[in-house]
This record gives sequence, C-alpha cells and structure tokens, in this order.
Amino acid sequence: MKLAEIRDILECEVLTDDDDLSVEVHQVVASDGMSEILAFAKSTELMITGLTNIQSIRTADVSGVSAVIYCRGKRPDKKVVDFAKQKRIPVMITKMVMFDICGILYNKGLKGVS
Amino acid sequence: MAAELLRESYEIQGGNFDKAGEISSEIKVILRDLDIEAACLRRVVVVAFEAEMNVVMYARRGTLTLILTDKDISLEVEDEGPGIPDIDLALQEGYSTASDEMRDMGFGFGMGLPNMKKNSDDFCIESEIGKGTQVFARIRLNSHG
Repeated sequence: MKLAEIRDILECEVLTDDDDLSVEVHQVVASDGMSEILAFAKSTELMITGLTNIQSIRTADVSGVSAVIYCRGKRPDKKVVDFAKQKRIPVMITKMVMFDICGILYNKGLKGVS
Repeated sequence: MAAELLRESYEIQGGNFDKAGEISSEIKVILRDLDIEAACLRRVVVVAFEAEMNVVMYARRGTLTLILTDKDISLEVEDEGPGIPDIDLALQEGYSTASDEMRDMGFGFGMGLPNMKKNSDDFCIESEIGKGTQVFARIRLNSHG
C-alpha cells in the first residue's frame, strides 16, 4: 500500500510536505518503545508510535523505516519535524489511537514484523 | 590478522537526552559513505544507538570507539557509572531497571542489551559495581543479520 493511501485512510496530516508518498509499504512496526522498533524493523516498514521526541526520529533513521505516523493526535515539535526532513523521513499525524490504526491497516492487508 | 582501516572515538555525555543518538547518526553517515552493506550497517548502528542510550541513561560519561577493519566492525563502549550487578539478568528480554523518565524517552523496556547482543557476531560485557561498564561488540562485514 502506498503511503498516500495510508494518509487518506488514517486521515493523517502530513508534516513533512516535500516527501514522496508514492513509496510502497508492506509491513508495520508499532510501539512506544524504541528498542522494540529497533529489534523488529528491518527496513522499509511503516513505523507507528505515540512517542514524539527526537529519539523517535533517530530510531526511525537507524531502523531505516519508510515513514513515521504519530498516533493519538500527538504532535511533535518543530525541532523533531525539521530533523525528520533533514533525514528525509516522511512524518504524519493522526487522531486515531494505535489499536485502531493497527486494526485498520491489518484489514487492508498490511502485516506486522516478527 | 585483520588490517585496521579506521578508528574513531566519541565522548558520550551522561544524562544528555537531547544529544543522545547523535554519535550513532554520525557513524551511520561515515559507514554509508564507505559503502558498507546495508544489513551490516543497520546492525552496527542499532548496537551503537542502544549503547549510546544506555550510557546517556545510566552513566556519568562514556566513550564509544568505532573500529573498522577489512573483516569486521567493532564497537567498544566504556562508561563511568553504577555498573551492572547481574549481567545475565540484564541480558534477559524484558528485564529493566529504568526510571519512568527513561521510559518516557521511549527506552528502558528491557530490550537494549538483548538488541545489542542479537545484532552482534561477538558480544561481551564486563562491569564493576560503582565503577562502570565495558561493552564490546563485533559485527562481521560479510554477515547477514
């Protein structure tokens, strides 16, 4: 599924407007624990988290994920968004909670990483 | 004997959460510029990032040394901190002594040291209570993790 489709389904606001949302995503990692993301993401997954600090983008960069979606309406501050732009990592926010996001994306055929 | 191609040491400041991860980002750029294969690079940077976070969270200060040879990449991390009383326990997934503040930062869920071990081909920890901890991790260049 393309990032642009995911943006529409989850009613996301895109914070990094210059990024390419035509990237295909097949798997998802979802956690507020960064070590859990680091343990399971192999690269190109979509990362979903409620943690909006700078470490979330560092984790995304180290893991090589395709994009980050912040859930529960949480909005990262400008410093975090600027860092994501510098690392060319698309960042979106949605009001949906993590459980609902995962359920919706799972129903659309996306899978977790194990 | 492996030929050493690069050796770089970085100072890590304990308690500085804003800067935590900068060294790992720098290592990623250096290794990517050297055309290190993606899976190997990822493993090195995950180990470096977890190590850096551990020093920032628990120690007063530390040093991370990156060593690249024609066969492998090693990370040597030394810190001045409280030390680890039971290393076997610390290596168990889920075991954690983290504070709420550390968990608020997204770390301290008992995955850090296991992640480092999992991503290394050789891994060892030595620790002395009240003095500090040394971690050695080696990742082979031709490994597939």
